[in-house]
Amino acid sequence: MSILQSQSELVDAPRRRRMPPVAAIIAGVVLLVLIAAAFLPGLFTPLDPLATDTHAHGQAPSGTHLFGTDRLGRDVYTRVVYGASISLAFGFAATVIAVVVGTVIGVASGLAPRWVDNIVQRVLEILLALPELLVALVVVAILGAGVVNLVIAITIAAIPAYARIVRASTLQVRQAAFVEAAVALGQRRGAIIVRHVLPNVVGPLLVLATIGIGTAIISGSGLSFLGLGPATPSPEWGLSLSDGRDSLATAWWVAVFPGLAITATVISTTVVGRWLQSRFEGRGA
Amino acid sequence: MTSLTARPSRAGAAVWRYLPRLVGAIIVLWGAATLAFLVLHLVPGDPVAIMLGAQTQASDEVKARIRTDLGLDEPPLVQYFGYLGRILHLDFGTSYRLQQPVVDVIGAQLPSTLALAGCAMVIAILIALAIATTARGRVSRAIASTLELLVISSPSFWTGLLLLTVFSFRLHWFPVSGGNGFASLVLPAITLALPIAGILSQLLRHGLDTANAQPFVASVVARGLGPVQLLGRHTLRHASLPATTFAAYIIGSLLGGAVIVEQLFGRPGIGRVALDAITNRDLPVVMALVFLAAAVFVVVNLLVDALYPILDPRLRTAR
Repeated sequence: MSILQSQSELVDAPRRRRMPPVAAIIAGVVLLVLIAAAFLPGLFTPLDPLATDTHAHGQAPSGTHLFGTDRLGRDVYTRVVYGASISLAFGFAATVIAVVVGTVIGVASGLAPRWVDNIVQRVLEILLALPELLVALVVVAILGAGVVNLVIAITIAAIPAYARIVRASTLQVRQAAFVEAAVALGQRRGAIIVRHVLPNVVGPLLVLATIGIGTAIISGSGLSFLGLGPATPSPEWGLSLSDGRDSLATAWWVAVFPGLAITATVISTTVVGRWLQSRFEGRGA
Repeated sequence: MTSLTARPSRAGAAVWRYLPRLVGAIIVLWGAATLAFLVLHLVPGDPVAIMLGAQTQASDEVKARIRTDLGLDEPPLVQYFGYLGRILHLDFGTSYRLQQPVVDVIGAQLPSTLALAGCAMVIAILIALAIATTARGRVSRAIASTLELLVISSPSFWTGLLLLTVFSFRLHWFPVSGGNGFASLVLPAITLALPIAGILSQLLRHGLDTANAQPFVASVVARGLGPVQLLGRHTLRHASLPATTFAAYIIGSLLGGAVIVEQLFGRPGIGRVALDAITNRDLPVVMALVFLAAAVFVVVNLLVDALYPILDPRLRTAR
């Protein structure tokens, strides 16, 4: 995400004062629909994502099967709907944990003695210079495959970006007059961090996290596609896509629709995130 | 410029400039090697048991002999320094599963991945240059920006699938899978190139915008140079600097992307080796690949540092 978000600032800030609201609204609606599908999949489809139907296998998209059926006769649309909860859960869980851990590391590094801060920053720099998927792959390589390890991997890959920005804000806030005042008033270190440092750090972090969810979803579904995440009957998007690869010659829809879902999710989080960013920057500074 | 007096000390200055980076690079490699050692020895699971497989008939005596042969009975520190020494000789041990030296396993597959990554890099640079130099108007910028968002947000396993569906299954222009010949290289290379082209194009467009705002542009135009010469000799050179900064990220994208693309297109290569090794817990291969990735990262960053002064003459004077 580091590169996406930094680039959006670089390229678009001077040109575009704010994102065309239409794009942001569409992206927001897509996200809301996806979140609804994740929590209440039954609202979108009456079918069971795992139910096979030997009479209806490999059917092309039609009125009865909107996205067609796969080679076991499972409804692809239903599987995409049910897959939303898994793929979004990966993205959200990893991002939330990464924001929390990144904040702790960032604040600690910003307040720690110089040499500790230096070591932490060098390690973060190296991790930041690498794509998240590669870092996540290395972590899975070390920990082994599986759903829990997959979430740990994309979390670790996401932490450095948050830790960096929190550390930078911490260094700024640390110099601020109100912190000096709090120190002079004899407030405890922990209280100062919670009451004064954190609130000033949270804003930019949440904007970054919105875009980060999309990147985490790409990494998560990528690892699933490689077979390093959930096991096969799961309707997770990356895994469904990998299943669909084998029947690409006869049934393109099995793989294409889950992929479309991933791409739509990632584009939506990026567009909403950039819009928040332009709002945020317009207001602050 | 006091070039005459500065010249003799230039080599010395360069050494002093690059020495800290060289030390940093060695520390990163040492860190990667240490991590590899820790993983190999701390990860639960007896290496001998993994080597022999689940349904082994080997007696405890045989297992004990293998342990002695591998040096697993030595104290940890002795093993650690032995491991570092062997890495210096590019000996990464034996694959648990394939029973071949890890270096041979990786070496055999490296050319295929290098061909893929090299082609992808060339394609990405060409696409990015084409977009960045043509999208200068208001509408074309908006289109370029949307295209970049699209290719960066699309996972490579999906774009690859779309390309396969259209060009292999519908039009039959390219083979569906395999690693033989140039035709089988086209779709994987394009798949790998697209997200990188999106990132490069963003960087180049921004670089060109910044360069065009510089005062020297006015003087170049006043000297009577046309737009093509301005671009070729001046602004593109400026614009390539930020892109160079992201070289490590781009090479990393090629490596990580290769794992997915090789799997998707059924191509041989180190991405496939990596995936097989991860799935089968073949730790010596995994850790050798981690070390290889670290080495590539370090070398790329050293090269980029050396490249800056060539691209930007202002950086040639010692700070």
